[in-house]
Amino acid sequence: MRTSTELNRRNFLKASGLSGAAFILGLSARASESSEQAIENLSLLEDSFELTPFVIIKKSGKITIMNSKPEIGQGTWQAIPMIIAEELELGLDQYEIKQTSGDKKFGGQTAGGSSSVRTSYATLRKTGAAAREMLVQAAAQTWSVPVDECYAERANVFHKASGKKLAYSALVETASKLEVPKEPKLKDSKDFKLIGKQTQRQDIPLKVKGQATFGMDVEVPNMVYASVERCSVFGGKIQQIDDSQTLKVKGVLQVVRAERVLGKNRYEVVAVIASNYWAALKGRKALKVTWDYQGNDQFSSKQFEQQLRDLSKNEGVVDHNQGDFDKNYAEAPVKLEVFYETPMVSHSPMEPMNCIASWSGDKVEVWASSQGPDLLRNRVADAFAIPADNIKVNIFFNGGGFGRRLYQDFATESVSIAKAVGKPVKVIWTREDDTTQGPFRPMTFSALKGALTADGKALAFEHKVISPSINATQNKNYDKTKSDNTMTEGISEQQYEIPHIKNYYVHAETHIPMAAWRAVTSTTLSFAHECFIDEMAYKANKDPFDFRLDMLQKDTDTKRVMLKLKEVSQWSKPLPKGWARGVAQWEFFAGLAAQVVEVSKKPSGGVKIEKVYAVIDLGTVVNPDTVKAQVEGAVTMAIGAATKDAITFEKGQVQQSNFHDNRMVRIEEMPIVEVHILAEGGPKIKGVGEPGLPPFAPALANAIFAATGKRIRRMPFDLDKV
Amino acid sequence: MAKYNLTVNGKKYTVDADPDTPLLWVIRDYVGLKGTKFGCGMALCGACTVHLDGQPIRSCSTPVSTVKATNKITTIEGISNNTDHAVQKAWIEAQVPQCGYCQSGQIMSAVALLKTNPNPSDSDIDEAMSGNICRCGTYPRIRKAIHHAAELMKDSGNSTGK
Repeated sequence: MRTSTELNRRNFLKASGLSGAAFILGLSARASESSEQAIENLSLLEDSFELTPFVIIKKSGKITIMNSKPEIGQGTWQAIPMIIAEELELGLDQYEIKQTSGDKKFGGQTAGGSSSVRTSYATLRKTGAAAREMLVQAAAQTWSVPVDECYAERANVFHKASGKKLAYSALVETASKLEVPKEPKLKDSKDFKLIGKQTQRQDIPLKVKGQATFGMDVEVPNMVYASVERCSVFGGKIQQIDDSQTLKVKGVLQVVRAERVLGKNRYEVVAVIASNYWAALKGRKALKVTWDYQGNDQFSSKQFEQQLRDLSKNEGVVDHNQGDFDKNYAEAPVKLEVFYETPMVSHSPMEPMNCIASWSGDKVEVWASSQGPDLLRNRVADAFAIPADNIKVNIFFNGGGFGRRLYQDFATESVSIAKAVGKPVKVIWTREDDTTQGPFRPMTFSALKGALTADGKALAFEHKVISPSINATQNKNYDKTKSDNTMTEGISEQQYEIPHIKNYYVHAETHIPMAAWRAVTSTTLSFAHECFIDEMAYKANKDPFDFRLDMLQKDTDTKRVMLKLKEVSQWSKPLPKGWARGVAQWEFFAGLAAQVVEVSKKPSGGVKIEKVYAVIDLGTVVNPDTVKAQVEGAVTMAIGAATKDAITFEKGQVQQSNFHDNRMVRIEEMPIVEVHILAEGGPKIKGVGEPGLPPFAPALANAIFAATGKRIRRMPFDLDKV
Repeated sequence: MAKYNLTVNGKKYTVDADPDTPLLWVIRDYVGLKGTKFGCGMALCGACTVHLDGQPIRSCSTPVSTVKATNKITTIEGISNNTDHAVQKAWIEAQVPQCGYCQSGQIMSAVALLKTNPNPSDSDIDEAMSGNICRCGTYPRIRKAIHHAAELMKDSGNSTGK
């Protein structure tokens, strides 16, 4: 039976944006949950009360705030609970943090698209403020004084006049019986104690003593280990398995067939099960699997790249069309036409994929590093046609994500193996597995046309993207007749005031699974787009910064970011001899940033990246130090993607395997990165994790052109040879 | 399988493992200390760095059979009792870790560097830390934190900075 209070609570949740979520009060409404969840929650909730699903206060004084966005390095472990704590008047030292497990009452729980803070900021503040108001009201009731004579501070409510105080733990039971305020009063941002301040992340002490638990570190009772043989050619089918030598390896228990479900793809795999990981790996090395490659062993990068170049002659699907490009281009006095190429790359988070799964009766349980407990649950439910409610998910710190852990194939595969084995199985991927098995960031090729007026103003601009599609390789129901927003990401969102613009998409089919990679397609399209803008600037004999500012007459965020960047990078000041600089900016769904990169010519040839100035546009900032760290990290990742190794194929197989031939940026290659945050407050809030990536590669290539006169139109490029 | 006697963080362990089992997996799955991480299995990334008699080694490529009972193995869990080693304090101060997965290895390499070179230059740091990959890009902060740790150690007059 539902009480009216509960119904009011439901209304509150709807009002605060968590629509469809079930609000549960105390212990009475546990029946709707699975038994495992009930047990977990009972232990968590003994003598405790939820004022919202996110805040649990025990009578003993312990306060827990739930983090609904997995920590992948981006700082949500601190940021999400801290937004609630700000409104709830808690210090960072006064509560514990617990990761949510995909339970619907917490709303969307996937960390991706730089969305965690920007999409939940308002809701979380409201959540904290509502809980605070209930506690203050409970105190006022207890003391029989007016509410406005009371205030909350550091987990206590005080009565101003008498100096009386009561701890939240003493008030929570009374508070939990009150109606949840529909429109709680939010704090004035000038009174913030945590948001926008230089605070320390709570996960960092754990991470400097080896005590942070990643998926890789989990053990469950009766667990066995697995190492999995997957076909080196995507889509290969098992013809024959010879496990005679494998079964002789000490510690090997059995060999099972299973499948790895990645989007629409169901890959056949062979798992070697053993009592310890090393035995599983040795057993796998002794395994002989004969594969039928399904013809996919003919695939090579060289051929595919030629296919993309040939496809550039196709018209494609129009993504954006303004003015009259064709006419103005045809009649323009000055024209440019160029072609840019970029590669596939791997995500390579430092924690290789891994996952524990168990399948017992009709219940499935998973322990993993994943960017989304809700995604994981749904993907497993879909893959095995079982109800999502039968799946329990446990999420740990992610040893890097970068988009890789948005794809739950590591979980579907472990579940499939656990089903075959009948015991909890821990699957650990080798680095070679991680490098060769995808999914990968797709390459994009860009055919660009630009026209200038006689006095050097941008008149017409065309960007045609030719590429495989992330969605097409993941989803069955891909519609080729429509433009693909993910693959044309950002190219029609730039604020340059060019009168005639036409952008297209040409789709290239492939069987290689593709994935979102940190800052997604903006990481390749920005390179083509913003280098080409630079080419137009030089063609017009204009300074590349001024050429861009000339096209930014309206008062836009992009204009403000660029003006700030020009100032902080001291663009107009001369550089030391042998140095040069380049600029680029990029606006896309996740946010907006701009960068100036300074390079120097090395005496031995090539260039060195000396310094990066970055401006990121945020509006509201939750932790400025985290923002700086994210931009530093984005630049590092962008250096790698621009100047290190691509993923390439020959005979259907990935040619790279580990960090010797799929090299990552190392400390000695790291330039100085100076980050400036534009945060004027107000309702605007933009993403943090990704925007630092897209401007880097074009700013670097533009700097190299300024230094050497050599225009780079293909990534990756070797800094020693430019 | 064979029995091996190991000394990890001052405690003695006897493990029953295959001779070619990397020390990494012995530390993680037999001894049960999970702070040391698996990253590449080929001594290319440094996530598995531990000290063997004070020297940084890549435990993923060190077979357990090559380690003697008299060798002192130190892992991230063994460098301090209260997270108060100068390097750990400096790491917190500079807010170095992001995902944190590589940081045990980074810290073990930094501790070893400062033991032999209490006042490292930027290029000394680059050289000592070049074997440790961080995919999140914490390098600028690692550099800053090592300089800071060196100062803390100078102030305290010992090699742990306590």
